[in-house]
Amino acid sequence: MDEQLTLAQALANLSDLAPEIWQASAETGLMLAIGLSVAIVVGGPLGILLYLTQPGQLFANRAVNGVVGWFVNLVRSFPFIILMVSLVPLTRLLVGSTIGPIAAAVPLSFAAIPYFARLVEQTLREIPRGVIEAAEAMGASPAQIIWKVLLGEARAGLISSLTILTISFLSYSAVAGVVGGGGIGDLAIRYGYYRFQTEVMVAMVLLLVVIVQIIQFAGNHLAARLDKR
Amino acid sequence: MIHLKNVHKRFRRPEGGWFDAVRDTTLHIKAGEIFGLIGFSGAGKSTLLRLINLLERPDHGSVNVDGRDLTGLSAAELRRARQNIGMVFQQFNLMANRTVAANIAFPLEIAGWSRADIDARVAECLDIVGLADRAGHYPAQLSGGQKQRVGIARALAPRPHVILADEPTSALDPKTTQSILDCLQDINARFGVTVVIVTHEMHVIRSICHRAALLDAGEVVELLEVTDKQVAARSALAKSLLEVA
Repeated sequence: MDEQLTLAQALANLSDLAPEIWQASAETGLMLAIGLSVAIVVGGPLGILLYLTQPGQLFANRAVNGVVGWFVNLVRSFPFIILMVSLVPLTRLLVGSTIGPIAAAVPLSFAAIPYFARLVEQTLREIPRGVIEAAEAMGASPAQIIWKVLLGEARAGLISSLTILTISFLSYSAVAGVVGGGGIGDLAIRYGYYRFQTEVMVAMVLLLVVIVQIIQFAGNHLAARLDKR
Repeated sequence: MIHLKNVHKRFRRPEGGWFDAVRDTTLHIKAGEIFGLIGFSGAGKSTLLRLINLLERPDHGSVNVDGRDLTGLSAAELRRARQNIGMVFQQFNLMANRTVAANIAFPLEIAGWSRADIDARVAECLDIVGLADRAGHYPAQLSGGQKQRVGIARALAPRPHVILADEPTSALDPKTTQSILDCLQDINARFGVTVVIVTHEMHVIRSICHRAALLDAGEVVELLEVTDKQVAARSALAKSLLEVA
């Protein structure tokens, strides 16, 4: 236990693990890709609905807004690990297994939907009411207002929201990994924690740091390019 | 052209109770005229204007524009009718992420015009308002007066019979104000578009309107005729507005 780990040894150990690191990265990527896609496809429209049913908006409806808002808050109040465990039956039903990145993507998606819905709602609130009203006065249909006005005017904010979501769920995916999902976080725990291979832990954390920096940089860059305000 | 018959609009006050913004008002605006709605703030002039394209729906009364009763239309029919009624706003309400040309193209996209027709019409409208060299700019790169010109071009693009202007110069300095008023007058003269303009300044009425309605507490208290840029006023309220100007 007292042997000093030399840098050369650490690097050699890591290079032996290269195939596993590669696989773990692919698993993390898969979990994120599924979770984010579902968040965009389901959470996006839900966020638009939350926004449009607010008082004073196009489809102001206290009941719908209340129910959807309540559901969103409900799912968001679950600590992620508890949500995962409670969704095990649903996961088994949908995927046929509770192990592996695809199974882990089920609770990830479930948590990402309300998260993204709130982000979308907040982002849309920044659009001046008058701009939407101008489109109404020009005879735009609700669908045209959503696609051309809301999404067009909020596009930079939506990219920033997606950036936040991606980074949050990169860390959620590490939690999902521990309960059999695989991925970078799982690798760090298995080798770095259970087998005391600190160099693996350090390397995995460094890898995550680099990924987060890249995502944030890309998100900021794209948002700035799209923002003409 | 525009016939408002006994229109009434009230709003619920946040602190409870009701506020009658427009009271049982009847007003006829002729085709091709520039008609002003003037009064102090809270007089109901903006609400009255917004009743014309049904941005506000009257509690009772009828709104007839270009021979059609708008209050009886379905949502889809109302959208089509609105394409014949342009609107210009005090705060411009341009889309920040669209270029000048794309902002003007917006009502045409909605109406389902072809790309080629849109491009041709946008170029025409840019010429009319004198912004041909700004087509590719974004609103944030324009001055207030230029933004309002884009607003006017956008309202004019679908060749509407009516343009509603809600305090179009209130966010602008006096010199720019005059150029925007001239622009509206030019459009009225060249294309015969009926213009309804809301203002709190008698100067605006004198400068471009043919007639105007003076509003107070949700009612028309006097119809003003403008001849040779002079307003003949009878009521004390009209005289007080003339003194301010």
